[in-house]
Amino acid sequence: MSTTGAKVHDVVIVGGGHNGLVTACYLARAGLTVLVLERQQYVGGAAVSRSLYPGFTYSNCSYVCSLLRTEIIRDLDLPAHGLQIIPYEGGCTMMRDGGHLAVYDNHDAMRREIARHSHHDAEAYERYVRDMLRHCRFIKPLLLREPPDPTSWRLRDLGELAFLARHLYGLGEARIYDTLRFFTMSCADMLEEYFESEIVKAHLSGSSIIGTALGPRSPGSAYVLLHHYMGSIDGAVGAWGFARGGMGAITRAMAASLQASGGAIRTGAPVQQILVRGGRATGVVLADGEEVRARTVVSNLDVKRTFLETVAAGHLPPQFLEQVRRFKIRGSSGKLNIALDALPRFPAIPAGSPAIRGDLHITDTLDMLERAYDDWKAGRWSREPYVDMLIPTQIDPTMAPDGKHYMSVFVQYCPYQLADGEWNEQKRQAFGATVIDAISRHSPDFKDLILHAEIRTPREIESEVGLTEGNIFQGELTFDQLLFNRPIPGFAQYRTPIDSMYLCGSSTHPGGGVMGAPGANAARRILRDLGRGQ
Amino acid sequence: MTPGADTHFTRPLLRTPFHERQMRVSQVDSFVPWSGYTTVDVFTSVEQEYFAIRNSSSLYDVSPMVKYRIRGPDALRYLNRLCTRDIRKLRPGRVAYTVWCDDAGMLIDDGTVFCLGESDYRLCTGEWQLDWLRASAIGFDVVIRDETADLAALAVQGPTAAHLLKGAGIAGIERLKPFEHGEFRLTAPAGGSAPLMVSRTGFTGDLGYELWMSPGDATTVWDALMGFGTSRALRPIGSRALNMARIEAGFILPRVDFTSAAHSLFPGTERSPLELGLAWLVDFGKGHFTGRRALLAEQARGPRRQLVGLDIEGTKPAYQALLYTDRTGRRECGSVTSATWSPTCKRNLALAMVAAPYIAEGSIVWAEIYLNRELQWQRRMVRARVVPRPFFAPERRRATPPADF
Repeated sequence: MSTTGAKVHDVVIVGGGHNGLVTACYLARAGLTVLVLERQQYVGGAAVSRSLYPGFTYSNCSYVCSLLRTEIIRDLDLPAHGLQIIPYEGGCTMMRDGGHLAVYDNHDAMRREIARHSHHDAEAYERYVRDMLRHCRFIKPLLLREPPDPTSWRLRDLGELAFLARHLYGLGEARIYDTLRFFTMSCADMLEEYFESEIVKAHLSGSSIIGTALGPRSPGSAYVLLHHYMGSIDGAVGAWGFARGGMGAITRAMAASLQASGGAIRTGAPVQQILVRGGRATGVVLADGEEVRARTVVSNLDVKRTFLETVAAGHLPPQFLEQVRRFKIRGSSGKLNIALDALPRFPAIPAGSPAIRGDLHITDTLDMLERAYDDWKAGRWSREPYVDMLIPTQIDPTMAPDGKHYMSVFVQYCPYQLADGEWNEQKRQAFGATVIDAISRHSPDFKDLILHAEIRTPREIESEVGLTEGNIFQGELTFDQLLFNRPIPGFAQYRTPIDSMYLCGSSTHPGGGVMGAPGANAARRILRDLGRGQ
Repeated sequence: MTPGADTHFTRPLLRTPFHERQMRVSQVDSFVPWSGYTTVDVFTSVEQEYFAIRNSSSLYDVSPMVKYRIRGPDALRYLNRLCTRDIRKLRPGRVAYTVWCDDAGMLIDDGTVFCLGESDYRLCTGEWQLDWLRASAIGFDVVIRDETADLAALAVQGPTAAHLLKGAGIAGIERLKPFEHGEFRLTAPAGGSAPLMVSRTGFTGDLGYELWMSPGDATTVWDALMGFGTSRALRPIGSRALNMARIEAGFILPRVDFTSAAHSLFPGTERSPLELGLAWLVDFGKGHFTGRRALLAEQARGPRRQLVGLDIEGTKPAYQALLYTDRTGRRECGSVTSATWSPTCKRNLALAMVAAPYIAEGSIVWAEIYLNRELQWQRRMVRARVVPRPFFAPERRRATPPADF
């Protein structure tokens, strides 16, 4: 076993995803010596831009930037390090009968678009937006705060609980009921309180299932919708959209920011084990046997991968391990990244409509989405999958040659474990064909335009990014796994049962999406524990 | 879709039936959106347009006014439960100004109810309400239909309005009393004819009428009025001139003087009709209506704040000014919601939401006003006195028959 001389880092971060980089940046800015260890040859985790076909850049995992906290962009000076978030407009859900519901930025255009389907729903939409904004206003101040432990009598927890209580009771009686109900409702039940048109409900419920092993009729799916909705109300112009150059531009800027404040990154350095001595993390061992010593170890890996694969079980309380095993982190999504020879036609979208520049979907009804979920439960990919398609090259000039386009296709649902045996190459291709056929039914020239397609099942997402089962949120966003329950009750404050070892990934509060909030919160916790907090 | 044709995503705002005629007289191309339509902000000069309201006659396109037809055996019971006023007192041929609240007694919006016949009403309001109207209709046998696009509407307001309408060919208009409506026929001297409903209502606090017609007759009516009115200083006006007149008249606007409970995001920003000084619209004696219990409790508790009229020293309008208890500006006690210099009253007027200790007539508060002296900003603390609303209420608005000039 070799060691890196006598050098002991203040902090070693296991995994260079966006949260790991955010934690690293904050700690380096506080004057600590920080080293980020990344398994792949590139940083970014699931926020990467990759060139897999000549001339094209794919955002091959995450594909839109809606949740990245403005505070983090500002604190880490990311625009100075090359990050540019460009807003996108539009969006459309296409129906089997050739109909559609488009999304328009302009409030009056949007209203008239909904009124094509239901005059009542066009007016109810105003109440829906109001209520979603109310819920967002409730959640937003909690994102960049550590969730208080309701069983604790420590002053800090009591203070945070008091903040939460004041925040909740400030809503007034009627809104308290609404807020509490909202967290546990199904998206379908929630939408049915507003809308009568099937396509309006189906369109809006898409965001309640993305990345989630829930159907629109599963309790808790309303919150998932809100989690996605939050980005769109950031208030700061340009907070919602594409990262220019693909999602990798975000983590590239973070890496540059880290290096500018003295932090170091080693790629191609897979961590095999976190070293624990006397109940205290002392460093890590890399796959090649090299030992890297550190006073603090932070894991950006999901909670299962961290504790079931990277820490020797003997160091952990059995009950804790059991809870880690039970943590819900189910693979439910696939992804296709496609290089196109030209912009495909979608006859359902009216000529001249900006709708094509936004997120495109194919579905008709809540029932159709629920049936897609039924397939997942039965251990097969959805025969009529829900897709979230974007063609960012209509706006971002940097990702494909002139006239050609990159299309990101997120697919719900695709199981990690198939009922009819293990995934293999043939099944992976069949999954891709199902998705491409589904799109082709709405775009006659689509198949002919395909130059290259990368097909990713949960297996590929897991093996490449390291997310257990390929779950994009590092754990389901259900109420039993949110706030002080995320990831494990009693360990929701970025700490672990091992001293000087922390978690900073999306398994922790407030959860997944390229938000950066878990990373920032973890950094604050570490600095406080080191006596450097403000 | 025909290539090049307008659709909702190329031109999100609709045009009213008067749009084309208004484009011809608009000199400054200034438009603002109102409930999905594009409407004129100013045609030529706000001041000239304002004086048309107070000196002669003004034409204002109120077609975007949202109109709901409410019919059915339970129409009266329904409206009486919805609104704070006693709608049972509203006879066919009459119009009532009213407000409606949510369960917590917080204002959703205001508008006018037209009684068109037995079990047949029209509700006119500035913004969309169908979601609330439908929620309120559960258990009532009523049919609610949005008639906004079926009716073009034009407000003719000013001391010469009756004479103008008569001259343009609407016989018998002088018999219409305030808050009455009736069916009329316009027979223009220069040719052209159209059936109209006319109500003696308006938003200026002056003599005035509102003309309701089929969109197909809109240009006929416009041309007849403009044809007769040119020699009488008739002017089409935009919303900015109207806003000055409505402040003088003490009328409130949603999103300006109050946030509708249907839109409020932040807790505590909703306002009750009592807080808005509209207690006279709330009839506790009529039986149950939405918000009654909460409003009774509020009445028993006494007001925390109220919308009041302010007469402010100086001539600089106190736009969005914060109000303080004294000149030092240490303690806030409210804020201005609407402000204007009143060219008729020669007073500096404002509507303001003020904390309870300062709502009595004659109370003094201090307004923080910023003056721009050639880009040199100066802060002034100006004395403001609480005065009764309306600020301007000429007798001519009520005279029947009205003056014939």
